[in-house]
This record gives sequence, C-alpha cells and structure tokens, in this order.
Amino acid sequence: MSNQQLPEHPDFLWRNPEPKSSYDAVIVGGGGHGLATAYFLAKNHGMTNIAVLEKGWLAGGNMARNTTIIRSNYLWDESAAIYEHALKLWEILPEELEYDFLFSQRGVMNLAHTLGDVRESIRRVGANKLNGVDAEWLDPKQVKELCPILNINDNIRYPVMGATYQPRAGIAKHDHVAWAFARKCDELGVDIIQNCEVTGFVKDGNRVVGVKTNQGTINTEKVGLCAAGHSSVLAEMAGFRLPIQSHPLQALVSELHEPVHPTVVMSNHVHVYVSQAHKGELVMGAGVDSYNGYGQRGSFHVIEHQMAAAVELFPIFARAHVLRTWGGIVDTTLDASPIVGTTPVENMFVNCGWGTGGFKGTPAAGLTFAHTIATGTPHKLNKPFALERFETGALIDEHGAAAVAH
Amino acid sequence: MLLIPCPNCGSRDETEFHYGGQAHVAYPENPTELNDREWAEFLFYRDNTKGAFAERWLHSTGCRQWFNMLRDTVTYDIQAVYAMGTPRPATTGPAASEPGTASTAADSTTTGNAAPSTSSSSTTAPEGATK
Ligand SMILES: Cc1cc2nc3c(=O)[nH]c(=O)nc-3n(C[C@H](O)[C@H](O)[C@H](O)COP(=O)(O)OP(=O)(O)OC[C@H]3O[C@@H](n4cnc5c(N)ncnc54)[C@H](O)[C@@H]3O)c2cc1C
Ligand SMILES: [Zn+2]
Repeated sequence: MSNQQLPEHPDFLWRNPEPKSSYDAVIVGGGGHGLATAYFLAKNHGMTNIAVLEKGWLAGGNMARNTTIIRSNYLWDESAAIYEHALKLWEILPEELEYDFLFSQRGVMNLAHTLGDVRESIRRVGANKLNGVDAEWLDPKQVKELCPILNINDNIRYPVMGATYQPRAGIAKHDHVAWAFARKCDELGVDIIQNCEVTGFVKDGNRVVGVKTNQGTINTEKVGLCAAGHSSVLAEMAGFRLPIQSHPLQALVSELHEPVHPTVVMSNHVHVYVSQAHKGELVMGAGVDSYNGYGQRGSFHVIEHQMAAAVELFPIFARAHVLRTWGGIVDTTLDASPIVGTTPVENMFVNCGWGTGGFKGTPAAGLTFAHTIATGTPHKLNKPFALERFETGALIDEHGAAAVAH
Repeated sequence: MLLIPCPNCGSRDETEFHYGGQAHVAYPENPTELNDREWAEFLFYRDNTKGAFAERWLHSTGCRQWFNMLRDTVTYDIQAVYAMGTPRPATTGPAASEPGTASTAADSTTTGNAAPSTSSSSTTAPEGATK
C-alpha cells in the first residue's frame, strides 16, 4: 500500500439554481442519502423534475463527518440483504457515476475480546455465509498476519481472541461520494438547492402538498425526508413522531503518517475503530455520547476513552497526535436498524434511523427509498424496515449482533 | 464534558453520572387496555427535542440518586435540576443554575415514578408521549 493521491477535483459539479415554484418530488436533506435517493429517482424512475433541499452546504452533515467504513457483515437476514446490496452497488458505482472516489476494499476486521465475543462472532460468520456475505473467522495469529501493528499479546486488559474478517469491506472518500452523486443528479436535471432550510409543510387534510422554506413555499406532489439527526424535528413539523433519539457521535484524525495500517479494525468491546486514510491520517471513531444532543459536538472523555483503547491495541500509536476532532448528530433507533418507508402523512416518506452506520448503506438506501417514493410501495429490501415494526414487534435487533454499528 | 450540578453533591463531572433519557414518562395507568400502537408509543417513542429538554440523570458514582434536569440539547446549557416526582419547572432565564437555585428545591428522597399529574383519566399514551 502506498499513499494515494486524491482524485483530481472536477471542474464542474452542479448548478446552484433558484428553487422552482413546484416539483414532482422534494427531498429534504442534501447528505449522501438525499443525493442517492434523488439520483435513483431520476435514473430508475424518470423523475427528473425534483429538488434536493439542503439547509446548509451539500454533505455538511454526517455525510462528510463519518469514518467511511463500508461492510455488510450484519447478523440478521433483513440487514444482510440491504447492506450486501449496498456493498454490491459500491462495487459498481465508481464506474456508473464516472467518478473514482477511492473505494478501497481493504477488508474490515471485527475483533473479539471475550468468550461471548468469540461465540457471537463465529455465529455471525456462519449467518453471513448463509446469506452470501463473505466472512471468515481469524485466530489471533491470522489477525496479526493481516494487521501486523495490532497487539495480540495477552498482557492487556482485553486480549485479542480472534476476529471476524470481511475481505470485500473497506472505506471510501465520503465527500467525493457526495459530489459524485450530486454531479450525476445535476446532469439528470435534478435541482440541488443549498442554504434552503425546510421550516414547515403545507398539507391538504392529511396529504402533504408543499414545503415551506427560508426561500419561500415550494409546491410538491411528494416529500422524502433524508434529514438524519434532524428527522424528528421535521416529523414534528409534519405532525407525526419517530422513535428516534439524536446523539452526538465523534471521530478524530491524527497527522499524516507513513502507511502502517493496511485494513480496517473495529473493536466493539474496547470500543474503537481505526483505519488509515489514503493520505495517511489515522482515522478513529468511538461510541455515541450518552445524552441527546443536536450540538454537533460531544464530550472529551469519550475521545479519551477511545484513544486509550486505540493505544492498547496499537502500541505504535502512542506517539501520534490528534490533529482534529469533530462530531455529527446521529439518529439512533432502539433496535439499531434504520426506518425506511411511508409515514402517517400521505405522500410523505421517511428514510432515517441509520444512526452511527448509514454511510455504508447510502446506495441501497437511495435505490430502495427512490422506489418507495416513486411507487408509494415498499421495495422488498426496505419493507422490513418500515415504521410499523415498532407496533408489530418485528424488530431487527442488530445491537448485540452486528457488534460496533458503524 | 458536562459539569452536572447534582442536587445532593454539587457540581461533578459527567463521567460520574448515568443518563436516563426523557423525564416524566409514566407507566401506563391501565396497561391491559393499551393497544399495540399505544404500547409502541410507551416502549419505543420518546421526545427528541431540539432545545430545552427534561431528562433524568443518575449520580451513579456519587449519592446514587436519580434526579431530573432541564438541559438545552443544542447549547448543552443546564437550565435547572429538580426532584423526581415534581413537575418540570418553567424556565425563561439563562442557563446553568447552581444546585439549590433551581426553581424547585431538590429533594433526594423521592423514588422513581415521575408522573406529576394525577388528574388524567386517560388510559392511552403515557404522559409526554403524544406530542
Ligand atoms: C463521527 C461519525 C462517524 C461515522 N462513521 C460511520 C462509518 O464508519 N460507517 C458508516 O456506515 N456510517 C458512519 N456514520 C453514520 C453516517 O454518517 C450516517 O448514517 C449517514 O451519513 C446519514 O445519512 P446522510 O448522509 O444523508 O446524513 P447527513 O449528511 O447528515 O444528511 C442530512 C442532511 O439534512 C439536512 N437537514 C436537516 N434538517 C434540514 C431542514 N430542515 N431543511 C433542509 N435540510 C435539512 C442536514 O443539514 C444534512 O445535510 C458516522 C457518523 C458520524 C457522525
Ligand atoms: Zn449526587
């Protein structure tokens, strides 16, 4: 592995049009999910008279704040199906979008540190294989061979007892992914409108017919919500509730280093996940802050905790410096699975609840949500993730199962 | 790191506390009469307020008492702390009251059930779950 050059920045990405007075569909939120949804609405369903409304700048939310881990090794059939579909899309998207956003299939390891972890991991490898997801169980020696800087000695509090490994998993340049989708959306005629905050909805009875924004009211046949951490705020404006809690989630990078870390390592138990970006920064993330928060920042002890875990697992990081830390607002659900589908408001659809792990799902979220918006019916991959599951009890509990949910 | 004014112990680091989520969510008065929708509301739906939010905290490594706190979820300013079982104080003023200056004096002896209202005959959604 060598330090790679970033892709050359294209001369032109998208127009900045004034909003029209009416659209066939309006997508709220210009993160990865909103852009991917608009792209597939235009490409697969011929809906090109549509707009993406973004209150800030494109991909200024979680899309360009995440640690870019892409994997599909989830336990349950419903999750494996949608995340594996996403992974297959990741494999063809650079060509389809004509944009090399450095999707690097360097593999992802999920470490096991306890007997419970080991059992869960081996069970998940079996489940993955049955679902056509590439998965292996590695013993500590094999872990060390794949990632030589990992400390597999048993002189630490939680020694490495093995790991699951998904070779096709990896990372990508998140901001370039957003730009790749945005450029294609624009080419297909989609209006991307930044600095356009949705402040309310216009309804005719229980049917949404327009959105109110700081740039005026826009009429629309359909609304798709892709607002991640702000989903509850938008739902409240529309008059319904979501079973979502918004939490700060933080990450950090070191200064640039020589390539030392060839894969992606995640540990649920000591709670840190680490990869090395193409330019050479060590990228690390941790868990959410415990409290509800919309502040795009969290508490420092969470970072301290994740650094302690990182240094124990990777002793050579001890002298690395933190260059930058930041936070996003993630929309968590109680079963750690997303919510995609219809809402109590007619012609309004919601895609949210991807929480700490929705970057990897971006292409499949977009593809299936576009189907739902265009046809008014679920796609077979997003059907299990509808809001109704909280009433029927058919939860898709990926909490204990998929280990770290990033 | 939040500096949290425990009503019993004074200001302590956030790491001494455990978060308990939205306050004032009472157990349904007539559980047997709830339908699936209402159970879903009680079990899975909580307010996710952007702004002043009434929430529960446990001082787990200190006095081990639960209390309520009013905190702004955008600025993270702590606006009031008050006892479990007492209603949410009205706050208009600026942030960060010290222990004892919160509009309801903290009393650590209350137990877990935080339903301030007894007048409701509703058997449907729990308090705070219908916004
Ligand atoms: C620190 C961190 C690390 C993460 N690591 C990973 C990882 O390694 N792998 C992974 O798969 N996932 C990861 N995630 C999760 C992932 O980033 C999110 O699940 C995903 O980005 C959410 O979809 P999105 O891109 O559409 O969200 P966002 O980019 O947040 O898009 C939502 C947009 O809606 C806009 N919006 C909100 N309200 C309004 C309004 N009223 N009007 C108009 N626009 C509005 C926002 O400004 C925002 O741009 C991480 C997240 C964070 C914060
Ligand atoms: Zn105390």
